[in-house]
Amino acid sequence: MALLDSIPWFLVFTSLGKTIFLVFLVVLPMVSYTVYAERRVSALIQDRLGPNRTGFPLTLLGFKKDFSPFLGGLGQPIADAAKFILKEDLTPGHVNKPYFWLAPALAMMPALITLSALPFGSEFMGVKMVVADINVGLLFMFAISSVGVYGIVLAGWASNSKYPFLGGIRSTSQMISYELCMGLSAVPVLLVAGSTSLSKIIDYQVHEGWLLLPITDGKLNLRELLLFLPMVLAFITFTISMFAETNRLPFDLPESESELVAGYHTEYSSMKFALFFLGEYTAMIAGSALTVVLFLGGWHLPFIPDGSHGPIWGAINIASFFGKVAVLLFFFIWVRWTLPRFRYDQLMKLGWLYLFEIALVNIFLTAGILAFTH
Amino acid sequence: MAYTVQRPKLTFAEKIYLPSIIAGLAITWKHIRRMLKGETKVVMQYPEEKWDAHMPEHYRGAPTLVKDDHDRERCVACQLCEFICPPRAIRITPGELPTESKFSKVEKFPQAFEIDMIRCIYCGMCEEVCPEQAIFLRKDYAITGTSRAEMVHDKAKLYEMGGVFDGLVHKWNPEK
Amino acid sequence: MSTAPAAPVPMVNVQIDGVWLQFPKGTRLIDACGQAQKFIPRYCYHPKLSTPGNCRMCLVEMGMPKMGPDRQPVLGADGRPEIAWIPRAQISCAQDVSEGMAVRTDSPMVQECRKGVMEFLLINHPLDCPICDQAGECRLQEFSVEYGNSSSRFLERKVKKPKSVELGPRVTLDAERCVLCSRCIRFMKEVAKDDVLGFVDRGSFSTIACHPERTLDSNYSLNTVDICPVGALTSTDFRFKMRVWFLKETKTIDINDGLGSNITVGTRENKIYRITPRENNDVNGCWLPDSHRLNFKFIADPARLTTPQVKGQPVDWRSALSITAELLKAYPSQAIAMIASARMTNEELFLCSQIAKTLQLGDRVDILPRTGEPDGILIPADRNPNTTGARLFQVAAPQPGARLPSIADRVRSGSIKVLICLEDATKCGLTPEELAASKCTVIAIDILPNATTRLATVLLPGSGWVEKRGSMLNLNDRLQRLNRALTAPGEARDDWEILRDLLLALGGTQNPATIESLFQWMASIHPEFSGMSLSKIGDLGSPISSMAALPANAAQS
Repeated sequence: MALLDSIPWFLVFTSLGKTIFLVFLVVLPMVSYTVYAERRVSALIQDRLGPNRTGFPLTLLGFKKDFSPFLGGLGQPIADAAKFILKEDLTPGHVNKPYFWLAPALAMMPALITLSALPFGSEFMGVKMVVADINVGLLFMFAISSVGVYGIVLAGWASNSKYPFLGGIRSTSQMISYELCMGLSAVPVLLVAGSTSLSKIIDYQVHEGWLLLPITDGKLNLRELLLFLPMVLAFITFTISMFAETNRLPFDLPESESELVAGYHTEYSSMKFALFFLGEYTAMIAGSALTVVLFLGGWHLPFIPDGSHGPIWGAINIASFFGKVAVLLFFFIWVRWTLPRFRYDQLMKLGWLYLFEIALVNIFLTAGILAFTH
Repeated sequence: MAYTVQRPKLTFAEKIYLPSIIAGLAITWKHIRRMLKGETKVVMQYPEEKWDAHMPEHYRGAPTLVKDDHDRERCVACQLCEFICPPRAIRITPGELPTESKFSKVEKFPQAFEIDMIRCIYCGMCEEVCPEQAIFLRKDYAITGTSRAEMVHDKAKLYEMGGVFDGLVHKWNPEK
Repeated sequence: MSTAPAAPVPMVNVQIDGVWLQFPKGTRLIDACGQAQKFIPRYCYHPKLSTPGNCRMCLVEMGMPKMGPDRQPVLGADGRPEIAWIPRAQISCAQDVSEGMAVRTDSPMVQECRKGVMEFLLINHPLDCPICDQAGECRLQEFSVEYGNSSSRFLERKVKKPKSVELGPRVTLDAERCVLCSRCIRFMKEVAKDDVLGFVDRGSFSTIACHPERTLDSNYSLNTVDICPVGALTSTDFRFKMRVWFLKETKTIDINDGLGSNITVGTRENKIYRITPRENNDVNGCWLPDSHRLNFKFIADPARLTTPQVKGQPVDWRSALSITAELLKAYPSQAIAMIASARMTNEELFLCSQIAKTLQLGDRVDILPRTGEPDGILIPADRNPNTTGARLFQVAAPQPGARLPSIADRVRSGSIKVLICLEDATKCGLTPEELAASKCTVIAIDILPNATTRLATVLLPGSGWVEKRGSMLNLNDRLQRLNRALTAPGEARDDWEILRDLLLALGGTQNPATIESLFQWMASIHPEFSGMSLSKIGDLGSPISSMAALPANAAQS
């Protein structure tokens, strides 16, 4: 009985609730509809319509008409998911089977785990809207997300074929290179906020104004004015690194359809392929969320109180957080369908010769400004 | 001797890419805006809107067989189309018309006439080569089926699609 | 008085299209032009038939040496006679070459003449090429394209003649297409010696017909279809079956008699559609009996044996052959006999002789002789295609079939326990009941089921004659080649492969991988074939000069 009593039941159930809410009700649907958005936005950019038909086949269930909501095609992600599940799952004969099967899971899981340290809201019914509010949240996210590269490397190596192998190699060097930039470009934020806890960083921004938009608290002082330049620099380098880390265009060299067929997932099919897809888009969402936390004030909106003033406000905080994430996702997509792919040497040069130096200088700049205004 | 390409001299703004990236984003945004405002003319919505009305006169759709105005099979199974067909989609089994037939003077007819629409490339050579004007490429383009067997058009199907063509050939008219 | 050696044929000088050439006296002018690579179109002329000169297609411009007052040719500046050209075109088929003769085969006058002749020939032609079976090998089509006009000036109504007339059991006439060349009439009269065809009616209404109360039922009637230059005479068997341009033509030989007539097999997609004779003046000329050319339907028989069987159960080849070898090894050689077949190729018969040697069969091997009345034209008495080969390899008795009664007796008495049958044993002096009662183990290699294969313990499916390569020796010791036109159905194999594997299973050491290497092996043992190979035989065959004298064969004479 002492054992049962020692278990913090409230914590366990709220954590479970938060996890389920975050993963199954928000992130996974968001992934599906990001794919849908990707197709619709790319269609808009290319003067097409994109998937605009797939509704919900209610006639199968005995209804008179199929339900196709306002935009049309909103059933497409569900159809896609069904297709992925129903497709034949091929395992080619020449692959290294244990790693071949492990790789998709390794690509998907780290991206999901990083979400656990993410404060996606202020407070709701007295519960903090973060699964694990750890004081090294940022480091945790960096550490776990870098594990994701193993999925890609293993996929490339275990496939035992040329293109996936090249894709895996590229991915490794690209991720290692840009992880440095990403870490360094986040340091100024830590310096300013004075903590690696993501909740603390948001708290700082709630009280002192968003780092990228310091007037959200309604006042502007010299320190904020001076810090604006390093913060913009940090934001730009961080965002570029984020594109590279998530293998998004213009840095999608591990996949690069035109040269490597499909890069590391050439040999994958069915649900294993879908896991790579999910992992990629989850990483995109996690990256966007991190950007929102670090630079755009997290769940905070000016003139909206936090969740301690009532569950309505808590819900609005959560919505505003994911709203910001959605805007960033749109930006991701927009960039993808605008820019061409970098050449490999350009990618390396950009990472090591420019972004790395800028991020490094930026740290000293921020530290100097902080020391000056102290 | 190797030819050295002169790299263009880039300004600082060009070197940091960002202005041109923003210009690119502006272009794509323009497309999005125009699409959302409905200013861009987009593609046809296929099953509801079709080309049928605008189909050009020379359009080459599915090959079909035709009968003449006396309900006679124009095809005499000469197998020239089978011979000319580049993907070998046509398969004819010739037969002899029975003497009691109304058209027994024609002597020969196709016992079986099959066109494998999976193979057909709609080149129209069969129509061009036909000495009896019996095979025509109609305007049917949506040839679908759920099995390979279904995609093989047999004689009945070909006549159903082709219908009647009363044209120039009157060789079998006894008055001629 | 000894016979004087034949005087050499004198040569004559002939000018063809301005070039002086020499030809033996007596050469037909149309042939001389052909030898000079100047083809003259013709319908009625056939080198094997007499010359009526009635189609007028072979018109050429001809000239003779100009004669001086001294009746000597006037010589030109080049020392050659000057030519006096005849103002009207002459037919070249009815003219032999003579000294100083000159022809122009393609002058404007000749071209004009040919156009006119073509226009006349096509006046009443129905132009039903899409239906006509001759299309694709029709002289009318070819010459019309090459020498004729593209359009007709004839506006009147065409003469209607009977179509689809059954001249005989195997020949159908379409009188509208006929150009009245009379080749068929002359063939029936001169070659088939059965003068049943002739022209009736006059002018435009003239048409081919049989003599009253006669039909075209000669065993050579289908040759009229071959020589008909247009689609008037058609084979009832081949009529409307397949267009000729689809047919893959394989040169091989006929196996219905000891002559080994040269034939062309027309196939499409592994199915025979027709067999036509192939010209070989040393064997069959241009002709082939109907009975031979229509005897190919059995190849496509659905009852064909397709899988090796042991006691009626299908087995794979490997075990079938090992079971066969064990059966043969289990008995002393006195208890084994072999009935080989003179329908087999030399290579197969050679392997049979090797098997007989391995098993020490001695006189317990023979072939089934087939004989019939010679018809005096082509068909000889021996109806087996390779009796000579069987005798050469000593798988036949000196009088083929002479040992069959004794083999049959020993089967009945039970002293022969195993019978290797490459022919139907029930046609060799044994009734099916006797064979069944003898409890004799039968090993049969055949292509179609018969009384023997039904009783066989081991049944090995072989290939038909159009499904294999190999060589045969005809009655005149001429080595001729079979070529493969079809692939054998199912798991059936080439007979020589079956026999080779059987020989290997019985302890043979030679393992020829191809029929060519088998031929080399055969040639190394039988000096008759030394220096030869399958490819050296050629399409027309070649005589074996060093043939050892074989004992006289009563059936052959």
